[in-house]
Amino acid sequence: MEITVKVNGADRTADVEPRLLLAHLIREEFGLTGTHMGCDTTSCGACTVLLDGRPVKSCTVFGVQADGREVTTVEGLLEGGQLHPIQTAFKEEHGLQCGFCTPGMMLTGTVLLAENPNPTDEEVRWAISGQICRCTGYMNIVKAIQAAGKAMSETTEDAAASVAS
Amino acid sequence: MLPSSFEYHRPESLEEAYQLLAQYGDDGKVLAGGQSLIPVMKLRLATPGHIVDISRLSLDQIDESGDMLSVGALARHRDLERSDVIKAGYPVMATAAPLISDPVVRNLGTIGGSLCHADPAGDWGSVMLALGASVVIGSPRGERELPISEFLVDTFTTALEPDEILTQVKVPKASGSFGGTYLKLERKVGDFASVAVATHLSLSNGTIGRAGIALTAVGSKNIQATDAEASLAGAEPTEDAFAEAGRLAAEASSPVGDVRGSEDYKRHVVDVYVRRGLARALESARAA
Repeated sequence: MEITVKVNGADRTADVEPRLLLAHLIREEFGLTGTHMGCDTTSCGACTVLLDGRPVKSCTVFGVQADGREVTTVEGLLEGGQLHPIQTAFKEEHGLQCGFCTPGMMLTGTVLLAENPNPTDEEVRWAISGQICRCTGYMNIVKAIQAAGKAMSETTEDAAASVAS
Repeated sequence: MLPSSFEYHRPESLEEAYQLLAQYGDDGKVLAGGQSLIPVMKLRLATPGHIVDISRLSLDQIDESGDMLSVGALARHRDLERSDVIKAGYPVMATAAPLISDPVVRNLGTIGGSLCHADPAGDWGSVMLALGASVVIGSPRGERELPISEFLVDTFTTALEPDEILTQVKVPKASGSFGGTYLKLERKVGDFASVAVATHLSLSNGTIGRAGIALTAVGSKNIQATDAEASLAGAEPTEDAFAEAGRLAAEASSPVGDVRGSEDYKRHVVDVYVRRGLARALESARAA
């Protein structure tokens, strides 16, 4: 079956079997290996990507379901060769150890911050509660997401200030 | 893990979906959010030859009109979790929604899919039993409405015929002072319930009008604790009455011992959660 998916802003076409999982479509057909396959049983959330802007576990979606829709993977966070603020924050706050859960954690983090730029520890922990860090490095993941929220609000304020002046 | 091969259909209307299901019979399966069906297909516990993806049909309304809440089968758990209408008038639903699976799964999973999957550890079944809800079922022959108690037949088994689709859930709006809650014991976020209990209480002149009590993961399907409910109807809402209801509900449960706890432990949790749930329901009913 031929499908077209908008991946990180660009239309990609593939001819796939309907049973192909979205995670495999992304990794094997589109060559974007930043999406990690962990448990393959809807438990760990390592394969989390954004489907039409919402976090989903790509091991539990068929590729054909993404036909005509938008998918954002960790590769899509990069803007003009610059790290996204959440990527910078994960680096600076040591928000990763082995890095396996990181792409999914960052994507979910961006969605949380878009709704709630200044989340409490509790709110971050709830938001990422469908995703497992096998290094158990949650403290710094929470810190990194909060730091990214702060950095993004400051950037917005700076931009607003420069427009005002 | 890959499921066995299937053909994928994405009908553009319910009529087209009914036709496809009628054509493929037992070999056809409806795909909504996929959060139960896809795992089951990956484990090859289900091997449908034809998948009918209805997820893009407009069936996700959450509307209250008169004394009835109508929820489209494709309303996602996340939508129910965030709905102001539900927060305002349906406390059992409002407390259950954030406890279903995990936040990422709730972005895709639907209320209709969850009910049709009929997992005895599913949460919406118990919530709907406690609220006395019904489901609207469509087919090429028209629509029929069934009480949820008749819809949930057994483990993974509902009253749906192969060419039928659950289109809507109808929840009666409670009147006067009422309260309710969903209490769920789980080992971690995203795990199946070890035990969960839905309780609803309506008061009428200080005594109990209607009590709804239903149990999750302690039998072959979601169990409506009818004896416990009957013991409360017309009674004073006292601690003793709630204790008796807890005892009767525990008696109505038939848990199986597993990694989540022994049979005795789970039955004890039912007793405690029924009493605790009723106390909370009473508290919010009196505060309202």
